[in-house]
Parts: sequence; C-alpha cells; structure tokens
Amino acid sequence: MTTSAGPRILVIGAGVSGLVTATALAARGARIVLAERPEASTRASHFAGGMLAPWCEAATASPDIATMGAAAPSWWLQHFKGTRQAGSLVLAPRRDSAELQTFARRASHFRTLDAEGIAALEKDLAGRFSRALFFPDEAHLDPRAALASLTAGLVAGGADHYRGNAEELDRQDFDHVVDCRGFGAAAALPELRGVRGEMLVLRCPDIALSRPVRLLHPRIPLYIVPRGDGVFMIGATMIESANRGAITARSTMELLNAAYTLHPAFGEAEILETGANIRPAFPDNMPRISWEGRTIHVNGMHRHGFLLSPLLAERVAGMIFGEKDNLLESQP
Amino acid sequence: MQVYGTELASRLLLGTALYPSPTDMAEAVRASGTEVVTVSLRRETAHGEDGIQAGQQFWGLVQSLGVRVLPNTAGCHSVKEAVTTAQMAREVFDTPWIKLEVIGDSDTLQPDVFGLVEAARILAADGFQVFPYTTEDLVVAGKLLDAGCEVLMPWGAPIGSGRGLNNPYGLRSLRAHFPNVPLVIDAGIGLPSHAAAAMELGYDAVLLNTAVAKAARPAAMAAAMARAVEAGRLAFEAGPMEARDMASPSTPLLGMAAFS
Repeated sequence: MTTSAGPRILVIGAGVSGLVTATALAARGARIVLAERPEASTRASHFAGGMLAPWCEAATASPDIATMGAAAPSWWLQHFKGTRQAGSLVLAPRRDSAELQTFARRASHFRTLDAEGIAALEKDLAGRFSRALFFPDEAHLDPRAALASLTAGLVAGGADHYRGNAEELDRQDFDHVVDCRGFGAAAALPELRGVRGEMLVLRCPDIALSRPVRLLHPRIPLYIVPRGDGVFMIGATMIESANRGAITARSTMELLNAAYTLHPAFGEAEILETGANIRPAFPDNMPRISWEGRTIHVNGMHRHGFLLSPLLAERVAGMIFGEKDNLLESQP
Repeated sequence: MQVYGTELASRLLLGTALYPSPTDMAEAVRASGTEVVTVSLRRETAHGEDGIQAGQQFWGLVQSLGVRVLPNTAGCHSVKEAVTTAQMAREVFDTPWIKLEVIGDSDTLQPDVFGLVEAARILAADGFQVFPYTTEDLVVAGKLLDAGCEVLMPWGAPIGSGRGLNNPYGLRSLRAHFPNVPLVIDAGIGLPSHAAAAMELGYDAVLLNTAVAKAARPAAMAAAMARAVEAGRLAFEAGPMEARDMASPSTPLLGMAAFS
C-alpha cells in the first residue's frame, strides 16, 4: 500500500483490460487493489494471439478499430519490453486470392509484396506465395508474458494483489470500482454475449518466423504468431457460443490446415497446448465503458483486448480523474 | 409467395452468418425487408456447461429481429448429422421449418444429393417442413418432392462463390418442369444483377448471405438486393420480350422515305 493520498480503486479482473486499466490508474497516483481469480486459464486474454494489428483488424471488423488501436503498439513498447514491432504479413492460398484483394481494398498502412519481397522478410516462406500484404507498423507480443509483466509492475509500484472472490471485499472501502471481468460480468451487462475462440500452441523448430502471419480464408481469419524458440500460437475460431468446452476436432483440423498451408513443415510440429475460451462481446463487437453507481464497467473487448485496452484505460482514467468532460458516454 | 402454407410478401431470404457484428447483421436484415432469416446450428453452439444453450444469446438477437427463423444444417456432411442438427434446431427455435444441407464435397460445398433425399424423407416423416438445398438436377428434384418437400432450393453457384447463375439453362428447365413448386435460388448470388436474373427466370425467391455479409457496407448491399429481387420479379410478371439476333426498329418504318 502506498502512502500517497490518491483515490483507492478496486480493479476486478486481471485479464488485459483489468491490468492495463490498473496500470494507467496507478500511473496517476491511484492506490490499486487488483482482485483476480487465481486460475489464469479462466481469462480470455490467456488465450489471445497478442497481435497489435489495428490496420489488419479494420479490414474485417469495424473501420473504427484502426483509429482506436493506432496507438496500441507504442503503448505496449513502452510498458512491456517483450513487445516486437516487426509488422505483420497477410497471405492467401492461391485459390483464395480474391480474399486478398478484398482485404487490400479495406485495409490501410500496408504495402504489397511479391514473391521476392516475401522471401526477403521471411526466408522460410520463400517460393510458397506470390503475393502478400505487409503492415510494417504493426506489432506483437506474448500475452501471458505481457500480463505477468504488468502484474509484477503493479505489485512493485505498491498495488495490493488480492487472489480470490472480489465479492468478499467491501466496496465501501474504495473510492471507485472498475469491473473488468469480461464474460464473468455477463449477469450485470445484459447485452454481453460470449464468442467462443479456440487456439493451438505448436512447437516447430524447423520454421522461423519474425512476425505474425495471417492466412486469409473465406470463413475464419486464421493467424500464426511466433512466440520465439520455435513455438507458435495458431488462432482463432469465432463461434457464436458461450461454451468453454475443449476444442473440437473440426476446429483443430481447420487451425492445423492453416499451419500446414503456410508451410508443410508444420506437419511435423508437436502440439503443446489446445485452448478454448469465451470473448466478451456487445452486439456491435465494440468495447464499452459504462458507469453504475461507483462501479465502472469496462467490457466487450471481443477480439481486441490487447489492441484497445490502452485507449479504454486512458478513458477510464480520464473519467475518474476528471481530466476530460463528456466522457460518461457508454459508446467508445 | 406461399411456402408450407405461410404467405411471404418479401421474396428475399437472408442468412445471418459472417457479418462483422450482430449489429451489422440486424441492420442488413432491416434494410433487406426480409421476412425469413436462416441461422446455422452447430452442436458446440447448442450445448454449454450446466446444459444451458450456449448459443442462446446470438439466437436471441436473431429472434428479436421479428422475422421468421429458418434454421439450417450448414456444415453437415452426413444424413445422421443433418437429422440430429434438425432435431436440435426444432427444439431451440420451436419451428418445423428446416433448411436441409447435406454437403458432399468440401471444396465446392455441393450437396450430396443421395444423402439429401434420404435425410429429407426421414425429416418429412418426422413432421418437419423441409427446404432442401439441392442442385438443378431434375431427377433429384422429383425425388425430393416424393420425399415430402414442398419447396426446392437449387444452387445458383457454389456457396460463398458469388458467381451468379452457373447454369441458367438447367435452372430454366427446372422451373419449366415444376411450374407449381416454390423454387428458391440458394447460394452463389454475388451481385444484385444475379438476384434479378434469378427472379427474371421465374424463380419464386432468392436466399443469400455472403454477398451481403461480406460487403463493405452490408446494410446498403441488403437494400440493393431487395430492390433487385423486386425488379426481377416485376419483370417476370410483366412478361419480358425475347432477345433477337437482328435489330428491330422501335419507330415504324412504314411510310418513311426509302433512301437506298
């Protein structure tokens, strides 16, 4: 506990939304109590891809994502030293080349590469694709390492770390409560729904990639994110369901197909982990900040927790510290 | 048009998948003026922890649109899978309607017509009102009607391909063979002109999804499709002229001076 006289704020939820919000509030002198459930695997962020890709995401989601997420790479570069700004690459199998055209028409901040350009960036992909889109300003990180680093930073800065049920804490002890529980807050946010996502972690030392690669596909946007040391995360399905059950055979097949299409050497990979969890989403798939008594809800991050949390955290801090007027809107 | 005793004023049926968000989907449905939307069911979306229906929030959004729901068996590759999915759909949406898809090839997603006829027979006998996704094959169409289907939904082109009507001759011939059966073009429509072309052939309705959902502005494309369907239907009812090889002047030549 710090001795400063800043407001005492309870942040519930230690996924990316809770941790980034707590970090922004602590930076302004708030005394933070961070309440989290002990099991990391309950958090949607634990299964995230960790891509900071505002311009790619805007091609398939709302165009607002590009504006809202543009500052995310620099926020993460400042707050987590494992952040890599090496851009991202978008490819399509020959049969889906129409998808690449559509993607290019709706995206921005990229340049088109030919086979040589692809080989120059990722030598293991040489000769495999004839055209790609390269987004040089995008970045990526390992979500689990990033979350651990933010938690450690908060604790080092004097935040209290409470592992258990936040219901047991008396809210009267706090000036503000920020609820960042994701789908766990569904009962308090009737419009919130769950969108199931499934992922795989593979080890494939035969392949080296320096940046996330997206493989366009008519049904699901699939991506492969290098985690270093020959480890890759492959994600992610999007299914309108709040089922947290184990990954299905069909999804495993689709994800592995994507990896195999990118490079047949993935056929030899070890499957280190399979994961499934629920993204919290509002009907427009955009995040919302809403105020209920002394509780501020930050929720509905959908696919964009790492990308949009820095912006939402700044907004929450602005509301609590009265830095800006008219921030009580529920829409971002 | 009438299907299974239900009168529908709009001849455009819309799918609910692949939109950027449920909000975009809802806006497209409203802009299209459709009275029927299709919704797909997968087993993993149907069941969640504690036996609750894990997909119910999305289905609730669809049901709140105030239009009829035509559940489908998208992605089913076998008779058994399709029948089980249909039974689940009847429970979830409380409707005897089912759009029956039994996929036979994973690249073209074309129907397995043998499995389709078998599944249609099982479901019709079980009280379902089956909307089969089929090809333009006349013999298969006849067997689907024998199985108890009262509507047929031949493809225009493979699902999601946006290629329009691949076989206008086959579709025209199907229309001519079954003049009194409601026929709906399902799949392959990419542009409003494709939808209008289907309606000009005398098809009763058009069912589409990707062309609207994957447009940069889904609601605008939905409105365009609605107008195309209406234009095509009006044209069909108006009795279009036949194309001819040579020019035919629209002003009378009789009485004009001959210069050559």
